[in-house]
Amino acid sequence: MKFTEEHEWLRPEDDVVVVGITEHAAEQLGDIVFVELPEVGTEVSKDDECVVIESVKAASDILAPIDGEIVEVNDALIDNPAMVNDDPLGEAWFFKIKPADASQMDDYMSESEYKDMIS
Amino acid sequence: MADLLKTPLYDLHVSLGAKMVEFAGYAMPVQYAAGVMKEHLHTRAAAGLFDVSHMGQVILKADSFETVALALEGLIPVSVAALQPGRQRYGFFTDETGGILDDLMFANRGDHVFMVVNAACKAEDLAHMRAHLGGVEITEITDRALIALQGPEAEAALAALAPAVADMKFMDVLTTEMLGAEVWISRSGYTGEDGFEISIPEASAEEIARALLADDRVLPIGLGARDSLRLEAGLCLYGHDIDTSTSPVEAGLNWAIQKVRRTGGERAGGFPGADRILSELADGPSRLRVGLLPDGRAPMREGTALFADETAAEPVGHVTSGAFGPTLQAPMSMGYLPVTLGTPGTTVYGEVRGKRLPATVAELPFVPARFKR
Repeated sequence: MKFTEEHEWLRPEDDVVVVGITEHAAEQLGDIVFVELPEVGTEVSKDDECVVIESVKAASDILAPIDGEIVEVNDALIDNPAMVNDDPLGEAWFFKIKPADASQMDDYMSESEYKDMIS
Repeated sequence: MADLLKTPLYDLHVSLGAKMVEFAGYAMPVQYAAGVMKEHLHTRAAAGLFDVSHMGQVILKADSFETVALALEGLIPVSVAALQPGRQRYGFFTDETGGILDDLMFANRGDHVFMVVNAACKAEDLAHMRAHLGGVEITEITDRALIALQGPEAEAALAALAPAVADMKFMDVLTTEMLGAEVWISRSGYTGEDGFEISIPEASAEEIARALLADDRVLPIGLGARDSLRLEAGLCLYGHDIDTSTSPVEAGLNWAIQKVRRTGGERAGGFPGADRILSELADGPSRLRVGLLPDGRAPMREGTALFADETAAEPVGHVTSGAFGPTLQAPMSMGYLPVTLGTPGTTVYGEVRGKRLPATVAELPFVPARFKR
């Protein structure tokens, strides 16, 4: 599992990468009330805005952490955005992306490096 | 944070784990550990304690209440003179163009007026009153905290410390004692719930707040939930839903302008902007503050442009407050629309992230008020 400075986590699963946000990010955002997901099949480049999440406080974007194709999105979040607060590392993943270049993952932090960053 | 003003309850907020933010020059709690959603729902279900000490507390004195009242009527389009002792009213300072300089609460406390004004406007309000209220002594109260206790269990929780409050009705004011300190209580607030605002000498503020919080029914509530509660209740936030560009009639605040101050009334006019405000009262304004319920789940936040249809080039208005309503369980907004589009049930379109999303004009409040009349 890898972590970005934008508080996303990336979990390789077969030939795709599952993306979500960390517990720390969910806590900082507060109660999530709205999630807008990209369309399956969308080709994204690293740093493209691909998810919008709104908390009771404000809207924020989630950026594509790597280049690739969105192959699956977690539709359950649309009806139940609060899942992001309840289980950010598990049930509340946002999308699965098929990497164009898996080596882009190497730039990201390990769990211990991420923990150091937020502590 | 270091340069910010602190209320007498600052240490309490920090010790309760509040997330502190800047608001109107003060370090204020935006939320506590429970978070905005839970704090909001708890206030509607039981009782919430809010620190509103940043707001301005002002005493206006002259040889009699009536002298103060008649002077004040020169600045606000509300009947002050008819306000009975022990009663409070909502009002607003208007400017020469009929816009709103600030909204406020004022009470008849026997021989004087006690006023509560918005934190961000208090310096301007004081200067405005000092410039225009000849013969009235104007004192800003800086040694008292102001807290609000709001929700269906507020009366029970407060009566445990101040039994006299049980007999108060909505907008009554009373001086009594809590834990040995003289407190000034009004049965009012800004959440749509029954509740109280309590002015406390600063030395006793933390002790009284802690005594209220010791009651299981009471949780501390931050500015985040204060905002979602007032929006569900359809109440205006100064600087957002009302300001110098909006008249009280456009804002739907006609109910606060009593007949005696309107055309044909005994003390008609005589306040800044009276020409515009009285003619809008008679003929109707061209635009109106309305409630909006977005059809989907995406909140339409402040600044969202509103369009008559999906393709119109020019917006017809914009959102002035927008959020997710925890009690409503849906997004909600307020904004201004031309009167022709302001009828409840009308569909308009808000532009969110480049997309025109439908919203339905709705009656305010979104959540019914539960005042003790």
